[in-house]
Amino acid sequence: MKLPTPPLPRALKPKPGRPGSRPPGNGHANGDGKVQDLRPGTSDGNGGRPSKGGSRIDREQLKEQALEVPIGVAGWLDERSGMSPFVRGLAYRKVPRGTNWWYTLGSATMFAFVAQAVTGVFLAMYYNPAPSEAYESISHITNDVFLGEFVRGMHKWGATVMVILIFLHMARTFFFGAYKYPRELNWVIGVVLLVLTLAMGLSGYLLPFDQRGFWATVVAVNINASAPVMGPYIADFLRGGSEFTATTLSRFYSIHMLIIPGLIAALIGAHLYLVAKLGTTAPPWLKAEKAKALNQEEL
Amino acid sequence: MATKPTPKSKKRSAYASDRGIPAAYEGETVTRRRFMELNALAVGGIASAAFGLPALGFAVGPMFSKTVQSVWKGVGSPADFTAEEYIPKVITLVDDVGTAGKTTVYLRRANPDDPDEFAQPFVAISNRCMHVGCPVRYVQASQRFICPCHGGIYDFQGVVIGGPPVRPLDRFRTRVNNGVVEVGNRFSVTDALDEMYRPRDPSNQLNGLWEYLYPARPTTPNPRS
Repeated sequence: MKLPTPPLPRALKPKPGRPGSRPPGNGHANGDGKVQDLRPGTSDGNGGRPSKGGSRIDREQLKEQALEVPIGVAGWLDERSGMSPFVRGLAYRKVPRGTNWWYTLGSATMFAFVAQAVTGVFLAMYYNPAPSEAYESISHITNDVFLGEFVRGMHKWGATVMVILIFLHMARTFFFGAYKYPRELNWVIGVVLLVLTLAMGLSGYLLPFDQRGFWATVVAVNINASAPVMGPYIADFLRGGSEFTATTLSRFYSIHMLIIPGLIAALIGAHLYLVAKLGTTAPPWLKAEKAKALNQEEL
Repeated sequence: MATKPTPKSKKRSAYASDRGIPAAYEGETVTRRRFMELNALAVGGIASAAFGLPALGFAVGPMFSKTVQSVWKGVGSPADFTAEEYIPKVITLVDDVGTAGKTTVYLRRANPDDPDEFAQPFVAISNRCMHVGCPVRYVQASQRFICPCHGGIYDFQGVVIGGPPVRPLDRFRTRVNNGVVEVGNRFSVTDALDEMYRPRDPSNQLNGLWEYLYPARPTTPNPRS
């Protein structure tokens, strides 16, 4: 039985072994370098002993073919998208010596965002942003829905985790001097992401529509109103009028789950692109040593 | 056609062929490639504006219409109130949002000898703190309005005597209609209590030039109407 896999691109086709390393006519390179005669009924590649029958060989053959399936799928995708150089370049890019656990804070922040996005999307299946229903639907999520308390808890505590992580990531960037040329633009994008993350916290605070969330929003909108000239209009925009109305809640919901997450996702993409393009910086305590070594190499 | 590019010191020629652009037609001022670039940009811009501007207007629309209709709301009979004590009454400013649309108003009979009471039969003081909008409560023993959030303190007239608030407590218009005390539009006041201003948000100062730095918004009704 031959599984109908698409043909392999040349780069992924099994290559003949180096001279002397393996006998020619070897089967597919599955790592062990053992000679395997795949013709049914002759040998199972076990020193020429007679096999117990065709079933063993078929199993070996099937295993071989099964191992080829992911390679075949990857090759099929790569032949049509040409993304393997990009993926390989991203995955195997060189990082400076001294790269340590502090460099994972950015990824950690991104995973916190993805966790917020996923849990938020599923919370939206049960949440109802109407003033008469919002609190009830949150109670329903917390008390009745299977795993509702857990998913809501992840979203609630994940928000705090994300803010903590983004500040730690910012502190790492600052103290390692990773904001300097040519990475200033990435710093600016990162600051915008920080502001957007805090705006997520602010807009999400209202959604349970309990006393704390309501009054926190009243206070936050009035703080916005304290900016001269534009402030009163910004406050009116946020509330959708001069008073807190039903529009305010649905407006905050839309800002919280559509506008800001879209912006954050787009900016994370730009942030990552710049990280991949510019590379990461070495820790500051390795700079001098590394420069010396480079000079010697160049000489 | 094959003229040299003009030197930098001279003004650039209006004709593409004079600027040394290859394959430029005689007499054309914009190359076909550049013309198509501009066309593509213009079409894209018009298409984006066609959905973007209405969507933006849709989002900011509520900033330009009155949020709350001017309605007089009855709060009790004139005999319920005295000039020495504030009585709290709850009125509904916004329908259909439950308790979030309600607010407390502190009412007392106006002092006819006091010129600072806007020639109204009753004084109706809003409980919205002028720092950032927490609800203040009236403490009869000290005759003070006290805010629980950040320690704002107002005197019997609602004028700030301590803490962070930036102006006296807002008031509401009052009248007596068919033997019922009614509360109308909200208005803001300065420290001098001399004039009814269109309501400003908490945190907006109103004395002197601040009136213009924190302008009245189209969403709020004129208190005199």
